[in-house]
Amino acid sequence: MKIGIPKEIHPGEKRVAITPNVTEQLKKLGFSVSIEKGAGKDANFSDEEYQEAGAEIISDTKKLWSTTDLILKVRPPEKHPASGVEETELLPEKGNLISFIWPAQNKELMDTLAKKKATVLAMDCIPRISRAQKCDALSSMANIAGYRAVIEAAEHFGRFFTGQITAAGKIPPAKVLVIGAGVAGLAAIGTAKSLGAIVRAFDTRPEVKEQVESMDAEFLMLDFEEDGSGTGGYAKTMSKEFIEAEMALFARQAMDVDIIITTALIPGKPAPELITKGMVESMKPGSVIVDLAAEQGGNCKLTRADKVITKFGVTIIGYTDLPSRMAAQSSQLYGTNLRHLLAELCPEKNGEIVVNMDDEMIRGATVIKEGEITWPPPPPKLSAAPAPQAERPAAVEEKPEQKSLLPEPVKQFLPLAIVGALLYAVGSTAPPSFMSHFTVFVLACFIGYQVIWNVAPSLHTPLMSVTNAISGIIVIGALVQISSPGILITILSGLAILIASINIVGGFLVTRRMLEMFRK
Amino acid sequence: MSQGLVTMSYIAATILFILSLSGLSHQETARRGNLYGMLGMAIAIVATIMSDAVNSYVVIILALLIGGAIGSQAAKMVEMTQMPELVAIMHSLVGMAAVLVGYANFIDPAATLTGVEKSIHEVEIYLGILIGAVTFSGSVIAFGKLSGRISGSPVLLPGRHWLNLGLLVASIWLCLQFLESAETGGGTWALILMTIIALAFGVHMVMAIGGADMPVVVSMLNSYSGWAAAATGFMLSNDLLIVTGALVGSSGAILSYIMCRAMNRHFLSVIAGGFGTESGGEAAVVEGEVSPIEPTETANLLLDARNIMIIPGYGMAVAQAQHTVNELTKLLRDKGKNVRFAIHPVAGRMPGHMNVLLAEAKVPYDIVYEMDEINDDFPNVDVSIVIGANDIVNPSALDDPNSPIAGMPVIECWKGGTTIVLKRSMASGYAGVGNPLFVMDNTRMLFGDANDSLQEVLKILKS
Repeated sequence: MKIGIPKEIHPGEKRVAITPNVTEQLKKLGFSVSIEKGAGKDANFSDEEYQEAGAEIISDTKKLWSTTDLILKVRPPEKHPASGVEETELLPEKGNLISFIWPAQNKELMDTLAKKKATVLAMDCIPRISRAQKCDALSSMANIAGYRAVIEAAEHFGRFFTGQITAAGKIPPAKVLVIGAGVAGLAAIGTAKSLGAIVRAFDTRPEVKEQVESMDAEFLMLDFEEDGSGTGGYAKTMSKEFIEAEMALFARQAMDVDIIITTALIPGKPAPELITKGMVESMKPGSVIVDLAAEQGGNCKLTRADKVITKFGVTIIGYTDLPSRMAAQSSQLYGTNLRHLLAELCPEKNGEIVVNMDDEMIRGATVIKEGEITWPPPPPKLSAAPAPQAERPAAVEEKPEQKSLLPEPVKQFLPLAIVGALLYAVGSTAPPSFMSHFTVFVLACFIGYQVIWNVAPSLHTPLMSVTNAISGIIVIGALVQISSPGILITILSGLAILIASINIVGGFLVTRRMLEMFRK
Repeated sequence: MSQGLVTMSYIAATILFILSLSGLSHQETARRGNLYGMLGMAIAIVATIMSDAVNSYVVIILALLIGGAIGSQAAKMVEMTQMPELVAIMHSLVGMAAVLVGYANFIDPAATLTGVEKSIHEVEIYLGILIGAVTFSGSVIAFGKLSGRISGSPVLLPGRHWLNLGLLVASIWLCLQFLESAETGGGTWALILMTIIALAFGVHMVMAIGGADMPVVVSMLNSYSGWAAAATGFMLSNDLLIVTGALVGSSGAILSYIMCRAMNRHFLSVIAGGFGTESGGEAAVVEGEVSPIEPTETANLLLDARNIMIIPGYGMAVAQAQHTVNELTKLLRDKGKNVRFAIHPVAGRMPGHMNVLLAEAKVPYDIVYEMDEINDDFPNVDVSIVIGANDIVNPSALDDPNSPIAGMPVIECWKGGTTIVLKRSMASGYAGVGNPLFVMDNTRMLFGDANDSLQEVLKILKS
């Protein structure tokens, strides 16, 4: 099968669907690859490199589209801005296309493609299941967008990110707030963190707290219980009360932080407005907002898509082409995602693709199959987030709080009081001979306490057997009694001596045996 | 020998005993410590025999010889895996001796005390016999449980706390009866009745404690045997006995405390018993598939790893696998692997049980680490091998507040690369708690007898 890579025609788009490296690997799968002249130029991949990797260079756009069986693109098909040629027109009848499609927003495009009896796989419709992660171009692009967002912010921010103490004075670190801790958000957190900033993050989905904290950022919490996890690992719209609490949090943070990066998106809906005009006004002059949701309307009221504007001294960046701004990197990742998808589509490695609709991943990605619109797919079976744990049986948790009868201070001093009273009772009645023994006893307990704490844990067993042997000292008790008159006493004491000497000899010998074994 | 010399010898013996225990703080000095202990004991016995009050030499020497022969035989015969049993049965001997000495002292007509001194003396006799009897019967039951002659699961009588309380009240009442009738020379029946109650109490107490709590029980009985000796010392006004008893008693008490802390359990709740059976039904259900592994694959994993951690548990003792473990360790260390051991404080059935087994197999002790020393290192570990351990590597102790072992510190092997668990079957551990470790993505189960499995791995590694 022949794969064709046209040059992207969207104004400013620098990415290309595959890199020379990917070309080589596609050839291994049995495909032949044709690429439009100059397609990789903006991403710093020359035609020569593609040629070396085994691709045919075709300079005529029409010829490329008509002579190949499968078109790989980045952007959805559109009208060429200069020549006015529709890419959908170029696609042959019953052609195959893999690119970003955004079927929800591009109804017309879908219909046109369906009329052409085409088979279309949308890279934005790859289901979020573990197996499909290697094909997940949205995540790859989001990762780059998150990274680039921080770099753009750094360009417009007049200070260091990291705090420094220099001979010329102290520089406080920049404070960065990341709203929405998805892939882009996490990438932004990581980048900002490695530049040395203080990073805070917020997300409506409580399960990402751990991920945020694993990146060493602070997770901002609301005093409000509501789980924002939708299906497929994405967020959902929250209740009114939740949003109010959230906005209050953002308003507080806006006054404090230097940089806000917003990445909040809800699938199939306009981006939620999180940063109001008032909040922008309250920010320190020189602050920067990077709105990654600019394409879907923006998380900030003042964002203008594809523009950098300055309002109230705050720079608001609304670029929608952040991945394209790192064309080499994003082409490489996108190309690899494509290659993985093609490897799945071509299990025989014979250069022919099989659209297996029983495969959950391919089923999800396929939006049009031979002219028939198959979007939206059935909901994914598995969510990226673990399902909420079922309620445990109440029996397990029912540990009735034991109400203490006594207040805490009394409880603490009660043992002391009892011991004190006992000591007083003994001291006031016992004869002096007892007291001297008692003194010895108490002091010996303290010596034992001091000595035993120093014993190495690995020697606890020898310690037990040696104390066992030593407690055979009770033999002394029997020895001093045995000579008293009375046969019964002699028998009892004799037995005691016998038993205790088993203990003494056995204990010491077994300890020696054990200690012999401890060798470095 | 004069009384002064005897006392001086006792002081020397006391100091030697203290030196003996402090010698155990390091492996290097431990052997010397044991020698000090022997020396102290010899001085104490010889001095006592030589003192003026003693003259029944024939009986004494006969008893010492017979006892010594039995003891040395036992010390030679015992397998290192049976150490807990040996220690338990030895405790019972001390308890028994304390009871016998107490009775002998009671019927000794030589005592010439009067008034308060007499009462105190009688209380001392009473206490000495009481503690001795509890130690005796408790240790016998512990021995039975440890050697498998009695089922390890706790036996819980209905209303056991009330029963215990009743026994306590009864023994206090009997003590008063005993004091009253001892005024007139009687009191034997009260003493015998109390002994029976104390024996029953000891049996009941240890029967109610589950197998997983055995380290606590063994060290607690160790402590009791010390207190029994101390009580006898009071009874005989003998400072050597008091000091030695107090040393042993506090040693056992500290060990019990350390063990309880290692299991995050309160001492009283261990003693009150009942842990480990009925919780089996309520334990959080662990769902998921275990991934079994073959010895061949295990060997490959080990060859690819750089940092290897071995986590032994009671299962290693049962399978007698410590020698194979040592051979494996040697082989892997020769191949330049960093092999270390992580020991949980309550692994096995007695404090320090694993250390002794590894030492027996000649594993160098400088690669054997405590849980607290090593737990932070697991992210750097490539392969952990869990040998017959369950509860001490159970992650639900940390993250499932409803788990019966919640809050107990555990060895966090799952933070490392791959964990290989050697296990006979999928049965749950002594605490009857399901273990989510077994179904984790990075856990592989190597089923079968630990020794056989390891032999197999060893064979593959050698070829």
